[in-house]
Amino acid sequence: MSAAERMTDSHMSPARSFQGLILTLQRFWAERGCVILQPYDMEVGAGTFHPATTLRALGPKPWRAAYVQPSRRPKDGRYGENPNRLQHYYQFQVILKPSPKDLQDLYLQSLYAIGIDPALHDIRFVEDDWESPTLGAWGLGWECWCDGMEVSQFTYFQQVAGFECAPVAGELTYGLERLAMYVQGVENVYDLNFNGGEGANKVTYGEIFLQAEQEYSRHNFEHADTEMLFRHFKDAEEECRRLIAAGTAGDGDNDRRHKLALPAYDQCIKASHVFNLLDARGVISVTERQSYILRVRELAKACGAAWLATEGGGM
Amino acid sequence: MPDLLLELFCEEIPARMQRKAAEDLKKLVTDALVERGLVYEGARAYVTPRRLALQVVGLPARQPDVREEKKGPRVGAPESAVQGFLKSAGLVSLDEAKVVTDPKKGEFYVAVIERPGRDTPEVVAEIVPDVIRSFPWPKSMRWGKASAEPGALRWVRPLHSILCTFGPETEMPDVVRFEVGGIASSDVTFGHRFMAPGLILVRRYDDYVTSLEQAKVVLDLDRRKDIILNEARNLAFAQGLELVEDEGLLEEVAGLVEWPVVLMGSFDEDFLAVPPEVIRATIRANQKCFVLRDGKTGKLANRFILVSNVEAKDGGAAIVAGNGRVVRARLSDAKFFWETDKRTRLEDRLPKLDSIVFHEKLGTQGERVARLAALARELAPIVGADADKAERAARLAKADLVSEMVGEFPELQGLMGRYYATEQGEDAAVAAAVEDHYKPQGPSDRVPDAPVSIAVALADKLDTLVGFWSIDEKPTGSKDPYALRRAALGVIRLVLENGVRLKLVQFLDDLVVVGRLTSSYELPAGTPKVSTLEDLLAFFADRLKVYLRDKGARHDLIDAVFALEGQDDLVLIVRRVEALGRFLDTEDGRNLLAGYKRAANILRIEEKKDGRSYGGAPDLALIARAGQIEEKGLAVALDAARRDASAAVAREDFEGAMRALAALRPAVDAFFDKVTVNAEDPALRENRLKLLNAIREATREVADFSRIEG
Repeated sequence: MSAAERMTDSHMSPARSFQGLILTLQRFWAERGCVILQPYDMEVGAGTFHPATTLRALGPKPWRAAYVQPSRRPKDGRYGENPNRLQHYYQFQVILKPSPKDLQDLYLQSLYAIGIDPALHDIRFVEDDWESPTLGAWGLGWECWCDGMEVSQFTYFQQVAGFECAPVAGELTYGLERLAMYVQGVENVYDLNFNGGEGANKVTYGEIFLQAEQEYSRHNFEHADTEMLFRHFKDAEEECRRLIAAGTAGDGDNDRRHKLALPAYDQCIKASHVFNLLDARGVISVTERQSYILRVRELAKACGAAWLATEGGGM
Repeated sequence: MPDLLLELFCEEIPARMQRKAAEDLKKLVTDALVERGLVYEGARAYVTPRRLALQVVGLPARQPDVREEKKGPRVGAPESAVQGFLKSAGLVSLDEAKVVTDPKKGEFYVAVIERPGRDTPEVVAEIVPDVIRSFPWPKSMRWGKASAEPGALRWVRPLHSILCTFGPETEMPDVVRFEVGGIASSDVTFGHRFMAPGLILVRRYDDYVTSLEQAKVVLDLDRRKDIILNEARNLAFAQGLELVEDEGLLEEVAGLVEWPVVLMGSFDEDFLAVPPEVIRATIRANQKCFVLRDGKTGKLANRFILVSNVEAKDGGAAIVAGNGRVVRARLSDAKFFWETDKRTRLEDRLPKLDSIVFHEKLGTQGERVARLAALARELAPIVGADADKAERAARLAKADLVSEMVGEFPELQGLMGRYYATEQGEDAAVAAAVEDHYKPQGPSDRVPDAPVSIAVALADKLDTLVGFWSIDEKPTGSKDPYALRRAALGVIRLVLENGVRLKLVQFLDDLVVVGRLTSSYELPAGTPKVSTLEDLLAFFADRLKVYLRDKGARHDLIDAVFALEGQDDLVLIVRRVEALGRFLDTEDGRNLLAGYKRAANILRIEEKKDGRSYGGAPDLALIARAGQIEEKGLAVALDAARRDASAAVAREDFEGAMRALAALRPAVDAFFDKVTVNAEDPALRENRLKLLNAIREATREVADFSRIEG
């Protein structure tokens, strides 16, 4: 009996509830040897920023993890008025290092587990080369389409933080709201059934997040204090550099490992999010934009180098 | 004769790379075969999203034996020469070489090297791994455990298996054994990812294609295209509609499926209120679907054609429904953009352009718009446009860049501007110019012919060219990131195809040297403006040559006209080239050219001999006193021809100028017939050489004949 069939009747079926979708994916990947992590406790633009992906993709050690990551894209806020766009949404992230030979099959099985049957649906791998200028990362892969809708990103990381991935990790990113809308047959994200309950017991996505979308859209576009944000960007940048320097082994140290790679990387994440907020506030000109991206990338590179000099990074 | 079959099976290859990859595979393998003496009868390559395949028919079973004789030193040559010879010929001692006697050179050594041909599979096993390792993918990647090692195999996406068989039609072919990146070659492939994922045992091309078809894979890209196109047309026809054909999309879609299943979906008719180009762009870019139109009215229908990769067990109902939902969501966005955009007048968007950098050194889009407006106004009288309308159109031309719709679909720039201009009640000529000012985008794009559009289109391109030339960002070799060649060709086509009389030097001189246009640029101090301008004009000359050559004009005639001073009116240049071409096609023209060449040759030789030139007017009194009758005749004819030609050129009557030159022919012929140029009398000789020079001068009224071939 497949996972999908097993869950059809239950309110935890992916076709019935948002949380059921998440639980199904977690169970699926847990059964395939992934550690199931919890979201990183910082504001990030995508699941890739989680150190479990960015940093763990670097270095020789095998690594398999899956987790949900709330992702914030301040610019995508629509005051809760657009049925498809959110400034805060969930990604389900899977990272497998080295990329297994049957990664595509595993991915398709995971779709099957959440109720997407390839005998009924048109599933396609459409070229999409992924690049994150702020992370100094790129990879080749696809957008995965289900009946013409992009439901996931599939990437073989080639480089992260400016370093070649050796070995290469495979990354899968599921856009959870979109996928849920598809399997629940809902046209507006706010109508998603979150808990699978019916009648008075039903909790929708909108009940949980509509107010947040409205408030954060106001914040992102109108109220975020830009002077403070500029300051925070600088602070994060300086703190990151300071930590990188402080954690680097001195000439006389026997232990050559870096001691502060993870805290330094937190500051890189912070700078990146502050930049996104400033961008949403429209106070960064086109030319400045590039230089901010470069500044974050420099931090990411320094953090990547630091990580490679830690135990986790293989030293 | 045996055949070779090769298949490289991998994860999904980007559609845009497939055709080229198939061609590369064929070329690389067959070139390598031929290089090793394996000549074949025919070869064809195939590609699907998951496989590259190559069939080579009529290969020999083994390489031909090679016998080579290598000549060595003479008998008794120094030891070092002998050693060198033995080494290069691969011999152990001179005993293995034979001695040949040559009557002239005496006795010398010859090594006979015999290389028996190797079996073809052995050679193939050597070639294919090399081809795979050095395959020219635009972008390639590493994967899996092996990617940790230096020198790991790269491929466009992970490579999974390699099929390679070789053998005659009548027997069971053999697997050509080799290994690349841990993948051993075999005689196995796989069917369609979802409908027939099982293993397929393959012998040779025939059963390979058949088995694949049974396993829901159409191997040939062009056949997939045909299937899609035919089924799409049929589905459209059944609904009384017409497919809006789109070759680029068809090629892409055929590269996304191994088993095309064509289906039709629909969307709410309300969306048809959105401009059809927007609907098409939305459905094409995001969904890779085709749109349909009513065959009679030409209007877009609320249907679309999608190409799926599976025969779904519900007949495609879920797929159509899913695609329909996505199309609906996308069109809702587009409709939202369209309605939101219409609420803001184009001129109210202009301040936003002030914060968009056009180029670091060339200011913002806002500054550029100000330049375009001034320039369009200036150009208006030259192209016969209303100056106010031209200026207005230029002011609005870039406003749609900051609209929601163009933000989403950059390819709709200009077009959306036109829609929004029309919606806000702009003059039709202004609205048209907003769209058309980007045109022409290349050699085959439409050239605007409405005066206001011409003014703004010229302004757009001249500003671009002058700007990038001023900051020294010129095209080099294959690099032309700002599409400046296209801009120059655009100017040329706008001017020529509309007969715009624009003296480029004078016009640009004002803009560049006086600085009216360039004042908003941040130029490094001391940028030499005049040389910038000269350089830009030379670039125009080059582009014009390319343009005229493509039109079939003789390059030597173009050179002959360009060699004249001060040629900056493109219309006149072209008319002159054309008149010259027609003239040289007549007997008079050919004869005059022959006469010119003869005169020029004599002059060249004599001027070199004498170390002086024979410029200056001939002495008419001397001719009258001591010259021959033909000499007098030529002097008179030259005087008249030059005067007439010059007057005709001033009237821009190039045919007339050619006729004036043609009138020279009898006098030139008679002169060469009867008169000895190198006369005994030095005064007569000098005068006759001056006459020849006068022929050269007269022809320069229309062109530099020395550049003309033949």
